[in-house]
Amino acid sequence: MMRTSDLIASAANALRSNPMRSALTALGVIIGVASVVAMVALGSGAQAQVERSIASLGSNLLIVVPGAQRGGGGVRAQAGAGGGWDSLTIDDAAAIAQVENVAVVAPSQRARTQVVANGLNWNPQVEGVTPSYLEARDWQIAQGRMFDETEERQARRVIVLGATVADQLFPNVEPVGQMLRMAGGNYEVIGVLESKGQSGLGTDQDDIVLAPLTTVKRRISGRRGRGDTVSQISVKAVSEDALTLVQEDVETLLRQRHRTREGEDDFTVQNLSSISETAAQTTQVFTYLLGGISAVSLLVGGIGIMNIMLVSVTERTREIGLRKALGARQSDILHQFGLEAVTLSVAGGIIGLIIGVLGAWLMTSLFTLPLVISVWHAAVAIGFSAFVGLTFGAYPAWRAAQLDPIEALRRE
Amino acid sequence: MAALISAQKLTKHYRMGDETVHALDGVSFDVARGDYCAIVGPSGSGKSTMMNIIGGLDTPTEGRIVIDGNDIGEMSDENLAVFRNRTIGFVFQSFNLLPRMTALENVELPMIYGGVPPAERRERAAALLTRVGLGQRMDHRPTQLSGGQQQRVAIARALAGQPPLILADEPTGALDTNTGIEILALFRELNREGVTIVIVTHDHEVAAATRRTIEMRDGHIVSDKANDRSARHDAHV
Repeated sequence: MMRTSDLIASAANALRSNPMRSALTALGVIIGVASVVAMVALGSGAQAQVERSIASLGSNLLIVVPGAQRGGGGVRAQAGAGGGWDSLTIDDAAAIAQVENVAVVAPSQRARTQVVANGLNWNPQVEGVTPSYLEARDWQIAQGRMFDETEERQARRVIVLGATVADQLFPNVEPVGQMLRMAGGNYEVIGVLESKGQSGLGTDQDDIVLAPLTTVKRRISGRRGRGDTVSQISVKAVSEDALTLVQEDVETLLRQRHRTREGEDDFTVQNLSSISETAAQTTQVFTYLLGGISAVSLLVGGIGIMNIMLVSVTERTREIGLRKALGARQSDILHQFGLEAVTLSVAGGIIGLIIGVLGAWLMTSLFTLPLVISVWHAAVAIGFSAFVGLTFGAYPAWRAAQLDPIEALRRE
Repeated sequence: MAALISAQKLTKHYRMGDETVHALDGVSFDVARGDYCAIVGPSGSGKSTMMNIIGGLDTPTEGRIVIDGNDIGEMSDENLAVFRNRTIGFVFQSFNLLPRMTALENVELPMIYGGVPPAERRERAAALLTRVGLGQRMDHRPTQLSGGQQQRVAIARALAGQPPLILADEPTGALDTNTGIEILALFRELNREGVTIVIVTHDHEVAAATRRTIEMRDGHIVSDKANDRSARHDAHV
């Protein structure tokens, strides 16, 4: 029996003797593995992104917005398209709070205004909220504190900054305790939110300023914000199971209050986690699809190996005959040629893995997606390329092993 | 002491289309240990078939051949491979060296399949190359060597597994006359040292350099006689 070290040396020697051919053969596998790795990493990145955005949206969350939902797909029509933009009120929020299985209700009013501090200005989204907003959204305070009920009721000029706004306006100083100007008034920063990253739609969720709802309505919003209307009501259900039921109850309640019928609603209740879950499933399907298409190129790489190994066996018929005459067993020949194929494919797999990781890194940084590459991915890539080498190297190696030494030695 | 090769009523049939070719038709002979003999005959005489069977590359249709205690007809492919490795040292007309390997690596090849440890392998290969006069050219590749030198490497390779029998197929066929004589001289030396050698050739002059000539024709042995010393001497001049 041949020593393993001799077997490896023999395979390496054979591959080195025709470096151009070996490189081109491996290239098929390199491209295959690289594209599988890059695509799966990209897909996993997109999936992780969506999963992260589910978490950042808050769990068990329903969002009620004014305006009817237009068409399918779960995307809200622009406010005002189907119904009034001012159809939701603080009283609606209070009524929703009485619905069974509702844990927290947080009405909010959106505004956009320039903020100035520290000689810098920025144009964040300003959200007028009640203190319960943080709980409804599962947001956390990183520094300082959230304003309380009293400050909210008294329309105090206190604000909590999102991480992006804090970074932009106070790059070198502690934001908490600083003052900033907004819509002609001075506001005190009392807290900074923990960073949440981008949403599933690519918007920066940290580019936000939270102010008391009454403050925003009285001092910041224009004509639109007057009265007791709100631009959004966040509703947190007690559990995920109750979410659908709560959604139906809220819809029924608002129809009674607004005197609308189903189909003519002037509001929309969005179940964001279900939208995000659908998105997550979609990206997962895409990951499998991309991986599957790439796997086809790996298959083509495997066929390339088989092709070259068959040529190699034909070219080296005499060598095989000689080796057999000198005492090589069928298994020795089988192992020698099989190992050449596996070496080609595994070398291709390792190079492909490196290129694939680089490619994934490039693409994810281009699309600002998280880069998800695990040891598991690497192991699968290398294992799969070895499998390709074995599968497609088996037949040529078997042919070599079966050669009749007399015929083989006679061949010129 | 039993003969190294003992063949009894060896028959080999080939099917060529509708016809059956009798390559060997009841051949019996013995080769003693330490013998140096030539199997001669024109093409189609059956000498190549004879060589393939002695070398364990082919098996007889009928009859029995025992070489160094191995019954060729009764062995599995696996065992035949081991037999070729341990018992036979092949020397071919066209040398059959692997072009990618150095002379030393070529000589090591049979020992690789024989499971000889690398260090011992290298040492033995180097000693054999020195023995055939190529001590200075161990790291040369076959293309950097002359025909005669290549055949010397091939002979060193045949000796590598310390086989009891060297089987040479037209060993001088690809060489010029003088180089051929040198190779035959090397064989004679090896034989004097106790190696049994069988040369298969169509060349009577080559056969005359051995101790004994077995002449074949149409699958039969037509003559089997010892070569007299003077004829052997003539062949070398």
